[in-house]
Amino acid sequence: MLDPKKLKFMKSHEWLSLEGTAATVGISDHAQKEITDVVFIEPPKVGRKVKQGEACCVVESVKAAFDIYAPVSGEITAVNADAVKDPALVNAEAFGKGWLFKLKAATPDEATKLMSHSEYEEFLKAEAAHGSH
Amino acid sequence: MSTSTAARRTALYDSHKRLGGKIVDFHGWELPVQYESVMKEHEATRRRCGLFDVSHMGQVFVTGPDSLPFLQKVNANDISRIGPGKAIYSHLPNERGGVVDDVIVSCLEKDRFLVVVNAATSDKDFAWFQKHAKGFDVKLENKSDYFGMIAVQGPKAAEIASMIAPQMAALPRFGALELELYGQKAFITRTGYTGEDGCEFIVPNEIVVRVWEDLLAQGRSLGAVPCGLGARDTLRLEAGYLLYGEDLNDDISTYEANYGWVVKLDKGDFIGKDALKKLNAEGIKRKLTPIKLLERGVPRAGAPIILDGKEIGKLCSATFSPSLQAGIGTGYLDRPDLAPGTKCFVVLHGREIPAEVVKPPFYTSPNLKKGA
Repeated sequence: MLDPKKLKFMKSHEWLSLEGTAATVGISDHAQKEITDVVFIEPPKVGRKVKQGEACCVVESVKAAFDIYAPVSGEITAVNADAVKDPALVNAEAFGKGWLFKLKAATPDEATKLMSHSEYEEFLKAEAAHGSH
Repeated sequence: MSTSTAARRTALYDSHKRLGGKIVDFHGWELPVQYESVMKEHEATRRRCGLFDVSHMGQVFVTGPDSLPFLQKVNANDISRIGPGKAIYSHLPNERGGVVDDVIVSCLEKDRFLVVVNAATSDKDFAWFQKHAKGFDVKLENKSDYFGMIAVQGPKAAEIASMIAPQMAALPRFGALELELYGQKAFITRTGYTGEDGCEFIVPNEIVVRVWEDLLAQGRSLGAVPCGLGARDTLRLEAGYLLYGEDLNDDISTYEANYGWVVKLDKGDFIGKDALKKLNAEGIKRKLTPIKLLERGVPRAGAPIILDGKEIGKLCSATFSPSLQAGIGTGYLDRPDLAPGTKCFVVLHGREIPAEVVKPPFYTSPNLKKGA
């Protein structure tokens, strides 16, 4: 399992692990709880070029479908075949075995636009305060 | 679909919050869609026992010497088939053969009946009853605000329910029981909406929390879990039950819903009989048809169904079936003649996913003996 403190986050709850240009993408633990039982993943095609913020993967639960956005621009290099086969992995280990896809970042600097783990935690708190009624 | 702004809460709202229920607005009611997981709650109900707060459902009491003739007039099913202590599933047809609501009618005594109606339609149903009660010696009471309702469902349901209501053990399927519970008048029917054995407690709101807590406490050791609306929907769709408002409405007939067995044309006069007779004789032009995806994917209500390159209908109910581990749905198809096994496509995210027509229901519980 990855240390969430070392990851970057999007407001749409994707996480990014970046080493050089090698990027791995998944959804946060908070997101897997919100999405609930993941039953289907439609991964991007390997070789597809995506732009930062582009919807490129679909994660579905019993009740709804969720678009997953690319945290940085680049070319898809791998998809998590284990998670496609057993989508419950996303719920079981969102920051590890439940990763969704890898990409080769074209412009790694784009990651600076993303939130750090502590910023993401703050963002979740603010969202919870606004979201509840 | 409620237009009211203030969401209503059942007496169990605080219990749901305490149990970690994720609250959503359901036809104007604040109810839990799930506690921990739809999948786990679904599985618990299929294998052990699920407890559901269905207090949003309505209760209408019909009493007086003309109770039976009145109920015969407003129901498609033959209410004379049930005597005291029995319940029956029925549709309330309108003059055009459409369905005002689907209900469960319980005969409490010869001249006293309880009609359990859907939440979103309870006011409409009561007004409908009042309109058609003219000339009948009956008293109609809408007690929906007074009663709460808990469904106990699954192979362990009878055992768990009997712990707080021992009379329940002897209740046959579709039996109806009037009893005293914690000093209050209450009702239990051996009915449900999951395709499993089980029963429904109809109890005054002032004791519903106690009934819920006691069922949970007693049931825990047998694996009972509280279940939300999410599991309720996957369970009922697998079992082939209709959801009023999604699968059924004022413009859809019982025959089109593939529930023709509910209509008893030979029972004497009732509202909508002429229209239904005509539909039955002429044949229907669309039929609610169960469809199963042949590739992985989760169909959604509204998804088009394609046959030979042509759209023949849309899904009205759809989900991922935990029991079948496949996407399932039902839709009104312009081709009522399609046999099980017919291959078609369901459009998801702009892609045509291979699917096939199947025989209803999607799932038959091995725990449930064929009953009434």
